[in-house]
Amino acid sequence: MKTTLVLIARRLGTAVVTLLLVSVVVFTISSLLPGDAAEETLGRNATPEAVAALRTKLGLDQPAHLRYLHWLGGLLSGNPGQSMANNLPVKDVIASRLPKSLLLAGLTTIVSVPLALLIGILSAMYRGSMLDRVLSLVTLSMVAVPEFLVATVAVLVFAVNLRWLPALTIVPENATLGEFLSAYAMPVMTLCFVIVAQMARMTRAAMIDQIGQPYVEMAILKGVRPARAVLTHVLPNAVGPIVNAVALSLSYLLGGAIIVETIFNYPGIASLMVDAVTSRDMPLLQACAMIFCLAYLLLVLVADICAILGNPRLRNQ
Amino acid sequence: MTQAAAPIATDKAVATSGLRRAGQFLMALPLSGMIGLGIVVFWLLTAVFGPMLAPYAPGAIVASDVFDPFSARNLLGSDYLGRDVLSRLLHGARYTVGLAFAAALLASITGTGLALTAAVSGRWIDEVMSRMMDALISIPSKIFALVMVAAFGSSVPLLLLIAAITYVPGAYRIARSLAVNLNQMEYVQVAVARGEGRVYISCAEVLPNMIHPMLTDFGMRFVFAVLLLSGMSFLGLGVQPPDADLGSLVRENISGLGEGAPALIMPAIAIATLTVGVNLFIDSLSRSRRTMGEV
Repeated sequence: MKTTLVLIARRLGTAVVTLLLVSVVVFTISSLLPGDAAEETLGRNATPEAVAALRTKLGLDQPAHLRYLHWLGGLLSGNPGQSMANNLPVKDVIASRLPKSLLLAGLTTIVSVPLALLIGILSAMYRGSMLDRVLSLVTLSMVAVPEFLVATVAVLVFAVNLRWLPALTIVPENATLGEFLSAYAMPVMTLCFVIVAQMARMTRAAMIDQIGQPYVEMAILKGVRPARAVLTHVLPNAVGPIVNAVALSLSYLLGGAIIVETIFNYPGIASLMVDAVTSRDMPLLQACAMIFCLAYLLLVLVADICAILGNPRLRNQ
Repeated sequence: MTQAAAPIATDKAVATSGLRRAGQFLMALPLSGMIGLGIVVFWLLTAVFGPMLAPYAPGAIVASDVFDPFSARNLLGSDYLGRDVLSRLLHGARYTVGLAFAAALLASITGTGLALTAAVSGRWIDEVMSRMMDALISIPSKIFALVMVAAFGSSVPLLLLIAAITYVPGAYRIARSLAVNLNQMEYVQVAVARGEGRVYISCAEVLPNMIHPMLTDFGMRFVFAVLLLSGMSFLGLGVQPPDADLGSLVRENISGLGEGAPALIMPAIAIATLTVGVNLFIDSLSRSRRTMGEV
């Protein structure tokens, strides 16, 4: 038990250090601009005095490391500055968008995880069969298809041809369950497409890894039926690796969300970030980037901790 | 005479054995692998020769109407301005394939180089380099690309650089674990005991045994780079007009979605066949090493 705790603590420490390094990278890139925010805000005709005054006000006259510390302090205290595009606090802009993205991510998780586990476990149980080969070929192809293709085809089929679903994700204030589901069906479907494939492949690999172990052979030899062997012997031991696979696959959501939110005009944090890039709204962009990196790191952290917890050699120490 | 003929004969023998080896390699591939290889070869040829085969200039307005369906004059129809879709596709493929190929190559070579350095250097350099790579890998590729584009504005060299930097850490991780394992092998230990230098050990003993897995990894990086670059172009933040890669073609014709215009569907299918083809080929090459996530 003690070893496990030490391992987890060490892993947490690494995550914090990595997050700090990430913040340095993000800050460095985004402040390497040829011009700066003061010039950008005031336009080309501004007097040098006005630019200098605004620069002092924004703290841009300070050396880079001080600005970094100031920015980091702001992030940690929950106040990452003003958005340059609409002059609102970044905190408020993000607060209005983040729950929507989390909802989308949550729905995708609810749909994709059971489906992926089913595919992964089935193909591991019938490894080498026709079913496994077909599923493997299908998931392999699905992994490589870009999200915007899936989204475009989905719109073409379900919104344009069949007219079942709306092409844009707009949920009315007091939506009924039906309206809610039909609005979310296409974005969730698109996001699930790649994630399910990824997750199913990794689940299959994790299961097969366990099925090859001697204890499974023992169970089979003493006469346990294959289905029972998989469900009661293999599955409990594969939980660690499977949760690891699920968490890693979910990190795909982050990249996919950027495309999906843009296509379906969904007011989440990913489309906010794309807008921030187009309008070169650096404080907003930096904050969004850090949120995405944090989410990614958390998922990888969960994956690693599950791998540690799932290792039976550490469990009984 | 016999003396002069002998080298030719051996040359021929080498060539035929090379051919036979290639033939055996092809025959050993499963069907999906052969299909994948066929698609990969097709797209590589298209990237190299495509622009020469294009019936029209990519910017020329040649059709009388926008979003034309397939016709004899415009084989793949016309786009939102009445330009020839086939010609634009042939030009766009060069950007998509070329950029992704260059980026993946750059990433694999840099990653392998750094990994070899880390593996033969002291613990400190190894530790520092691995931490840096861990930090870089923790920035999702699209987020990194968005921040870079916001800071520097989008251009083809920058996109190349973004894709290359994004995939260095993944290549580094795999190359480093390979190199560390190889360093434990007896023949490397023998070379160390012989008093060979670090450079010699890296290049002559370790590197040749990493090439196969690194080539597979290169294929994966290529797929990721295609997806990243066409995704950025789709968002309007990638290759800028008047140039267009396959992602830009999908974006600029998105208004043809309602009519199901080939101008929109064809470039999208082109990207999908390219990435799926590479994936099928690589998968059939190494059944054992699965794609374990975009690292």
